[in-house]
Amino acid sequence: MTIERRSLFKVAGASALAAGGLGSLAAPALGQGAAGGASARTLRFVPQANLANFDPIWGTQYVVRNAGMLVWDTLYGLDENLAPQRQMVEQEEVSADGLTWTFKLREGLKFHDNTPVTSKDVVASLARWAVRDPMGQMIRAIQQELVAVDDRSFRWVLKEPYPKMRLALGKNNAPCSFIMPERIARTDPFQQITEYVGSGPFRFVREEWVPGARAVFQKFDGYVPRAEPASWMSGGKRAMVDRVEWVVMPDPATAAAALQNGEVDWWENPISDLVPLLKRNRNINIDIADPLGNIGSFRMNHLHAPFNDVRARRAVLMALSQEDYMRALVGDSSDLWKSLPSFFTPGTPLYTEAGGDLLKGRRDYDAAKKLLAETGYKGEPITLVVAQDQPITKAFGDVSADLLKRIGMNVDFVATDWGTVGSRRALKTPPSQGGWHIFHSWHAGADCINPAAYTALRANGDGAWFGWPKSDAVEAARNEWFAAPNLEAEKAAVAKMNKEAMEFGLYAPTGFFLSYQAWRKNVSGVVKAPIPFFWGVTKS
Amino acid sequence: MFAYIIRRCLATIPVMAIVALFVFSLLYIAPGDPAAVIAGDQATPADVERIRASLGLDRPFLVRFGEWVFRIIQGDLGVSIFTNLPVTRMIAQRIEPTLSLMVVTLILAVTIAVPMGVIAAWKSGSWIDRAVMGFAVLGFSVPVFVVGYLLAYWFALELDWFPVQGYTPFERGFGPWISNLVLPAIALGGVYIALIARITRATMLEVLQQDYIRTARAKGANQATMLFVHALKNAAVPIVTVIGIGVALLIGGAVVTESVFAIPGLGRLTVDAILRRDYPVIQGVILMFSFVYVLVNLLIDLSYTLFDPRIRY
Repeated sequence: MTIERRSLFKVAGASALAAGGLGSLAAPALGQGAAGGASARTLRFVPQANLANFDPIWGTQYVVRNAGMLVWDTLYGLDENLAPQRQMVEQEEVSADGLTWTFKLREGLKFHDNTPVTSKDVVASLARWAVRDPMGQMIRAIQQELVAVDDRSFRWVLKEPYPKMRLALGKNNAPCSFIMPERIARTDPFQQITEYVGSGPFRFVREEWVPGARAVFQKFDGYVPRAEPASWMSGGKRAMVDRVEWVVMPDPATAAAALQNGEVDWWENPISDLVPLLKRNRNINIDIADPLGNIGSFRMNHLHAPFNDVRARRAVLMALSQEDYMRALVGDSSDLWKSLPSFFTPGTPLYTEAGGDLLKGRRDYDAAKKLLAETGYKGEPITLVVAQDQPITKAFGDVSADLLKRIGMNVDFVATDWGTVGSRRALKTPPSQGGWHIFHSWHAGADCINPAAYTALRANGDGAWFGWPKSDAVEAARNEWFAAPNLEAEKAAVAKMNKEAMEFGLYAPTGFFLSYQAWRKNVSGVVKAPIPFFWGVTKS
Repeated sequence: MFAYIIRRCLATIPVMAIVALFVFSLLYIAPGDPAAVIAGDQATPADVERIRASLGLDRPFLVRFGEWVFRIIQGDLGVSIFTNLPVTRMIAQRIEPTLSLMVVTLILAVTIAVPMGVIAAWKSGSWIDRAVMGFAVLGFSVPVFVVGYLLAYWFALELDWFPVQGYTPFERGFGPWISNLVLPAIALGGVYIALIARITRATMLEVLQQDYIRTARAKGANQATMLFVHALKNAAVPIVTVIGIGVALLIGGAVVTESVFAIPGLGRLTVDAILRRDYPVIQGVILMFSFVYVLVNLLIDLSYTLFDPRIRY
């Protein structure tokens, strides 16, 4: 008999559930962070991952971006309708030719060291951000000048119009254009900052930061929220608790037990195995975390046979069953996934299924085999690199191994960890010399609502994401989107991009999936969003 | 004795040098790239390459090794690639929970295991002996995380006697400190108790066959004095040796225990660093663990003189 970790989670979760009633009567046990203040003014949160560094420009992991949202403010902010709204900016003017953008900051903006936010700080921050961000790089490529006009105004002069400027400055994809004091923002974008001073609603308590264990954020009394109600990254970001403590818990069963026992208040990403148990606890709310979800990815290396032939890539797409991938990941929870004959996030304005027929309907293994045979494939090993320490990639890898065998491929299954996948996927050498044919990943749905930050859908060869696809048609459609003057034109460009990318077999989407978040019922104000937003969250 | 201590201390230098070379080389050839982890999943290969260069990871092995050794000699373990904090500071942040866990586990294990082994040997062949040996087999067989979950269920969630997770520093009082450590120490101590109990029983069985024990019995020495004064002292050398060797077990077990009970100790620091390929942290922690292990072995060797006057250095 073997003991599976997943079964143990259930035992642990069930035990936690069994004790739910008792837990509600008993005083919260003294746990990590509790001694620091168990009052209603301290919100204890279990993040998705460890906050190992805190420079949201240098490191673009989601957890850093999420923590950054508490500390640094942005010029614009995406609202729940995915529209960029003014945040630090009071007003902007665009010249008739679309080449000159003049921005004015709103009054009363202050950094956590109580110095005012000036346009010099903004200019330095944008200059640093623009080196690392894909949209920033586009603006930088057409930049004439970026200068401070006075303390509250700055001007960005371009050589070509850039209609997506507000989106670039307000998007939630990492790296976000966070505004830092000039002295900090002058740091090389490829070096880490050493001072964490922002102008957001919470300040980072550096002296209490224990990477891998705890990060603490204190309400910043000098923050002046906007008058509008908060909506995701925009509106009045009102801190309703004095202190937010991030408690890192690597073990999901421990996090579940701690939540049930009242030792923590909010858990960002409960694993699906434990969700049914948590749902039955009367002290806990559970709901979808991010309505924009995630898109699974089956990434092929376009440099090496057989996937340097579009027919091999299309063979995979015509045999790939998204249902298999999704059920391997979320089990029987049908409300947590959907098929996705598209590269874009379902339910968002630009969503399209143009060209997605290949992923729909009955899976045709015979046709796939036939198509694969046309490429001249003769059973050479296909190197499938699978990170076993990530539940998502592990589940995808198992399904892929089966799929590839079904269409007649000789699979060389390389079980490894995410750190190794991260370095191996960057190798362009042939798979037999340490390279790869296939790896799995997933993309936050928030990154896939449009082509702006969708790095994985680039098809510019050497400059593209791992796998290095090259398709002029896809890139042309992408450029059309950037130049699109209105929503209809944007939709047309995205439909074209989706169709071209599908036909080209740029990568294979393995489905759209959602995840949950859980919080205790004495906490209110938790919203469904791509990022856990702490403004407006109260604890009684 | 003093000369022996000096000799042993000097002998740690080549040992540590070999460990250092081994650790550095192993990490150098191990797959994985911290730059890729830092850059995030959406970064382009060019971004990853620039970060790698900025971290100096593109330089030759000998240059990096030379710089590292030079810093180590000066007592500088370097700076974490990810947190930008000195490794010594990160170790200092994490050492108290791990040390506390190990000390409590050690005290708990020795207090329980030695009497268990002595009694099992005394009642050899009886149901007590079998029960003790059965417990020892269980202690060896059940993984730490299973014991951890079960303890958390009964004593934290069902009975609410202890917290589920976390660590409270000693400076906040003995009560909160120990309440966070009881369950992890029991979970971690299972294997250790089993090991010590088995060795104690085996060595005690041997000692109890000796002539001087028979003589003591014949002279009417009471049972407790005979067992715990005459016999145990003579059985102590192998027991103490196993306790010392077991420190390595504790270090390994602490990694799992700290994860299950969310204790921010060195075990979790090590695992996090390995997963991210934070080379300076991995190297620093392993060097420190090696040093501790060498030191423990030295102390064990010195303790032999207390239990067996025939041993002289």
